[in-house]
Amino acid sequence: MSEADVLRQEVLAPVADVGGPQQPLLAVRGLSKHFAVGGGLFGRGGVVRAVDDVNFSVDKGEVLGIVGESGCGKSTTARLIIGLIAPDKGEITLDGEPVGPALTLRELRRRVQMVFQDSYASLNPRLTIEETIAFGPKVHGIAPAVARARAHELLRKVGLDPSLFADRYPHELSGGQRQRINIARALALAPRLVILDEAVSALDKSVEAQVLNLLLDLKEELGLTYVFISHDLNVVRFISDRVIVMYLGEVVESGPVEALWTDARHPYTRALLAAMPSLDADHRTQEAPISGDPPNPIDPPSGCRFHTRCAFAEPVCSAEAPRLMPTGNERHAAACHMVDPASGHSRAPVASPEIQHAI
Amino acid sequence: MTIVATDIVRIAVVDKARGYWTNVGRRLMRDPVSVLCAVVLILIALAAIFAPYLSLADPFLGSMIRRLRPIGTPGYPLGTDELGRDMLSRLVHGGRLSLLIGLLPVVTAFVIGTTLGVSAGYVGGFVNQTIMRTVDVFYAFPSVLLAIAISGALGAGITNSLVSLTIVFIPPIVRVAESVTTSVRGLDFVNAARASGAGPLTIMRVHVLGNVLGPIFVYSTSLISVCMILAAGLSFLGLGTKPPQPEWGLMLNTLRTAIYINPWVAALPGAMIFTVSICFNLLSDGMRSAMDVRS
Repeated sequence: MSEADVLRQEVLAPVADVGGPQQPLLAVRGLSKHFAVGGGLFGRGGVVRAVDDVNFSVDKGEVLGIVGESGCGKSTTARLIIGLIAPDKGEITLDGEPVGPALTLRELRRRVQMVFQDSYASLNPRLTIEETIAFGPKVHGIAPAVARARAHELLRKVGLDPSLFADRYPHELSGGQRQRINIARALALAPRLVILDEAVSALDKSVEAQVLNLLLDLKEELGLTYVFISHDLNVVRFISDRVIVMYLGEVVESGPVEALWTDARHPYTRALLAAMPSLDADHRTQEAPISGDPPNPIDPPSGCRFHTRCAFAEPVCSAEAPRLMPTGNERHAAACHMVDPASGHSRAPVASPEIQHAI
Repeated sequence: MTIVATDIVRIAVVDKARGYWTNVGRRLMRDPVSVLCAVVLILIALAAIFAPYLSLADPFLGSMIRRLRPIGTPGYPLGTDELGRDMLSRLVHGGRLSLLIGLLPVVTAFVIGTTLGVSAGYVGGFVNQTIMRTVDVFYAFPSVLLAIAISGALGAGITNSLVSLTIVFIPPIVRVAESVTTSVRGLDFVNAARASGAGPLTIMRVHVLGNVLGPIFVYSTSLISVCMILAAGLSFLGLGTKPPQPEWGLMLNTLRTAIYINPWVAALPGAMIFTVSICFNLLSDGMRSAMDVRS
C-alpha cells in the first residue's frame, strides 16, 4: 500500500461495495419532477413535466451516457439524482439502499458527486483552489490540515502541480484547468458515482480530449462509475458503455452504445444520429432530419410526445403513449409503436421482428 | 498501521497560505486614494476621541462681543459661532457625537440588515416573502418622516434618535443584501457546495457572504452622510442632540442664520460632514476593489 493510499484511507475511507458487481450502483424508478410555471394570483399556471416517469440503472464501473436536446430533462435528472432538487415521485436506489431513511441525503452526497458545465460559475471566485477542493472534506469533519493535504493529492491526480495551483484563484486559470479543479473537487469526498453534466461541452476540442482521457484514467484508477450527460454525440459515443436518449422528460430509447449507433429503433434517436455533422463527403447531411423546436413542455403532445415531429406518425401515436419495449437485442429498448408488435402501427413488426430502416 | 497513517498525515499537512484579509489589506495599501481617506478619517477620529486633552478653548464658553468672527481671527483660528464660541474647539468636540450618530446606526443597521437580507435571499420562499414584505411597509414612508415618527414616539434623547435612525436604515440595506444574495444563490458553486453535503449556515458563511458583502458594504457607507444629516434634522426638531451640545448637524442648523453674515464659518460643519462622508465613500469603494480577488 503506497503512502498516498494510506493517506486516502485516513482521510475518507471509500464506501465499501454492498451488493456485488451484479447489483446496479444506481437504480432510478419512476422518477418524476414537475415544475409549476406562471399562474399569478388570478392566472391559471401550467406544469412543466421536466422529468416524467424515468427509469434506468447504472452498473458498477460503467459509463452511462444521457443524450437529448436542450430542455429534455437531462440536467434535471442529474440534479434529482444528487438531491439538489426533490423529486415529486420515484425512487433512487444506490447500491441497494433506497434514498430516504436508510440513506440520508448527506450520505448520498458523499457517494454521488457532480461536475457542472460552467467551469467558472461552479467555482467560488473568492476561494483559492485549495480551499475549494478542501471544502467538502472539511464539511464532513476532516481536520483542515488533512483536508488541505487531500486537496494537494487530488490536484496531482488531475494533473495540476499543487505548488503552482493551490493558492491561485479561479479567474487565473484556463477553462480546461478549471474543469480539472471541478473534477478534483468532485473526487474530494471519495464518491462512487460521478455525474458529469455537460462537463466537457464548454471546452476547446483539444482540451476536451485531454479532460476525457483524464476522466477515463481516473475511472480506472479509482473504480468510479460515471453518468455522462451531453448533447455531443461523438463524445458520448467515445466515453459511454450504454446510452439513454431523452425527449421531453421521457426516456425514448436505451441500449449499449454500439447497438444504438448501428441499430437505432426510435425515429428521434435516428434523427439525432443523422443530424451529427460528418467530415465524410459521402455522408453529408442534405436536409434537416427533423425540423422545428421540441413542443412546449407545459402542454406536451398526447400519446407519443414525438408524434408532432415524427415522419411515421399514425393515429395510434397521438392516441396512445408507447412504453419502453425490448427490441430483441440484449438491453436495447425503445419507446416507439413501431417496435411494439401489438401497437397497431402499420410499420410495427407483425410476424417477424424485422424492422425496416426507412430513413 | 494506525501509527503509520498518523505519521504520513502529519508529513502531508500543508501550511496555510496567506490569509484572505492579509491580501485585502495589502491591495488596499496600494491604492493612494484609499490610504489618504483612511488617514483623514483616522485623524478626525483621533482628534474627536482626544478632544478634551488637546488644550483647545472651552467649546461652551460664549462671548457676546466676539460673535461670528471670520476665519483667521487671532485666538480663533476658525472664527466663532453665533454665540461667540470657538469654532475649532466646537468642531473637534462635535466630532465625538457626530461620528457616533453617523456611524452607530449605520453599523447596527448593516449587521441586522445583512443578516435579514442574506437569509431572505438564500432561503427564499416563505421566509423571503415574510421579510421582504415587512420591509416594504417601511418603504411606504419617506425616511425623514419615518425617523421623526419613531423618534417622536420613543421620546427625545440621543439614544432614542440612534434607535430610530437604525430602524430607518435597515430596510434599504435588507433590499440590497437580498438582491445580491439572490443573484449569487443560483450560481453553480453554491449548488456544488450543497452537493458536498454542507448545511445552509456553512454555505452562507463560506460561499455567500464573501461574494455579497462588498456591494452591501459600499451601499451602507453611503448612508453615513445621510445619517448625519437626518440626525441634524432630528436635533433641529428637538428630538436628538440638544444645544449647547456641539454636534456638526446641529451646528449647521443653528449657524444657518449667519449664512449671509459670515458664510465661510457657517459652512464649516457642513464641510466636516462632507469630508467624513466622502472619505467613507471612497474608502469603501477602495475596499470593494481590494476585496475583489480579480483586481
